[in-house]
Amino acid sequence: MTDAQTTEAEGSTEPGRLVLQLTGVHAAYGMVRVLHGIDLEVRDGEVVVVLGANGAGKTTTMRAICGMVDTSGSIQLHGSEITGKKSADVARLGVAHVPQGRGTFADLSVEENLQVGAFVRKDKEIRSDIDRWFDVFPVLGERRQQQAGTLSGGEQQMLAVARALMGRPRLLLLDEPSLGLAPMIVQSVFRNLQSIREEFGTTMLVVEQNANLALGIADRGYVIEAGRIVLSGTAAELSSDDAVRAAYLGY
Amino acid sequence: MELFLARLFDGLSSGATYAVIAVALVLIYKATTLINFAQGELAMLGSFFAYILAIEQGIPLYLAIVLAMLLSAVLAAGMERVLIRPFDPADHLPLVIITLGLFLVINAVAGMIWGFDPRSFPRMFPEGDVWSMGIARLRWYTVGTMATVLILLVLLTLLLKKTKVGLAFRAVSSNLESSGLVGVRAGPTLQFGWMLATAVGTLAGALFVADPFRQLDPTWAQRVLIFAAAAAVLGGLDSLWGALAGGIILGLVESMVVGYVDWIPNQMGLAAAVVTIIIVLLIRPNGLFGSKAVERV
Repeated sequence: MTDAQTTEAEGSTEPGRLVLQLTGVHAAYGMVRVLHGIDLEVRDGEVVVVLGANGAGKTTTMRAICGMVDTSGSIQLHGSEITGKKSADVARLGVAHVPQGRGTFADLSVEENLQVGAFVRKDKEIRSDIDRWFDVFPVLGERRQQQAGTLSGGEQQMLAVARALMGRPRLLLLDEPSLGLAPMIVQSVFRNLQSIREEFGTTMLVVEQNANLALGIADRGYVIEAGRIVLSGTAAELSSDDAVRAAYLGY
Repeated sequence: MELFLARLFDGLSSGATYAVIAVALVLIYKATTLINFAQGELAMLGSFFAYILAIEQGIPLYLAIVLAMLLSAVLAAGMERVLIRPFDPADHLPLVIITLGLFLVINAVAGMIWGFDPRSFPRMFPEGDVWSMGIARLRWYTVGTMATVLILLVLLTLLLKKTKVGLAFRAVSSNLESSGLVGVRAGPTLQFGWMLATAVGTLAGALFVADPFRQLDPTWAQRVLIFAAAAAVLGGLDSLWGALAGGIILGLVESMVVGYVDWIPNQMGLAAAVVTIIIVLLIRPNGLFGSKAVERV
């Protein structure tokens, strides 16, 4: 996509520079404390997955990064503190977040969803980026003028990913991309994520219940239980960990 | 025939003025998904700004109206910043209460400053008729108001559909949380919505009181807000062109139904219009042109 991203992709075989670092992050919805000191890091070009049961705090971790929940502790993006910033300002620093439920702009057309994804960009290549995403996801191209709320769940998930990448982010946060989708559609979403990763080297932090698929495209992973990180390691280590296998992989 | 035309023109005339105020309501609804009860009073305030600039400062009328639109927009920006932004935009009840409070305060302040004596607003359009046949008179005022509404709607449609700020406006309106996640700042965008709606309201107010049959005083907006709100609901609260259709239908129903249905007394004109709205909403809950909420998961 950009030169910067190409170079990032080439560096991805080595552990790259720190993109995101969470240190002792606590978060609460009003009186209900959800996160109790999360430590987590994502490096350039990495795909990192966060596993955990319902209510463990995966989504809250994502929301904390984007300033969508009351947060304390330290969240650093490329070494500078972003804790307490508003979500629009975090987005302007290059963090794209596909929220749980996909966050489609239902009243806008498919094409306008992509335009709004590039809202903070000022360059002249927005048009060609839109066309490129229509190449990657032809079904979106066929429906470019259609109201986005009328797309199927799987199509909306593709649209959400494309919308997020329209901002040419330095970090992509994906919150449960498989949620509510039929198994075949889930497979295709993850195949697309895999090819996006290969083509653009996009750095990703993925929250996912479907541990099999998520570990399949990830370099490393964390396991969250009750608002704490209880386990971390490479994707291979987590896949072979007995506790992870019993709890999340089901074999 | 003559009587029919007279009623048609009457209906168009009041319908066009309902429509233009309804447009302001629709704009703020599109931005914030709530009805701003102070919208009518802001329009009243704007019409006084235009009056004072034109009559007391001697500025040419059209320029005075434009200046009044800018002035009221700046005022609205301040109100949004101080009174609205501290509150969560997704939590509607406190915001509605604030707009109700604004309604009362603006009305009281206007009464204190300008008193309640009616004033005659300068004419925006030539006096007299474009065309007439006996008692049926198509006035320049009616034609001018219609033309202004149409131009306004074309410009607003272009602004919302073709510009970046319009895209931000529609994104915030469609999905507040997601707009933050793509870097759209909700605060300034909603502020822009307030400014735009208030400027349009000021134009609407000037058009309304520029009717030679009407006068300017701090209560005119209270009388017309209910019609404008009804027109907006009828057209579909989120549709600009629906507001025009709603206003004109309402005006026509008011003049035709009362005119032709003997057993409905004159005073029940508004009631007849409201009944029409109820019937329309029973059949089309989102109004005539309102977008259906589509959500697939």
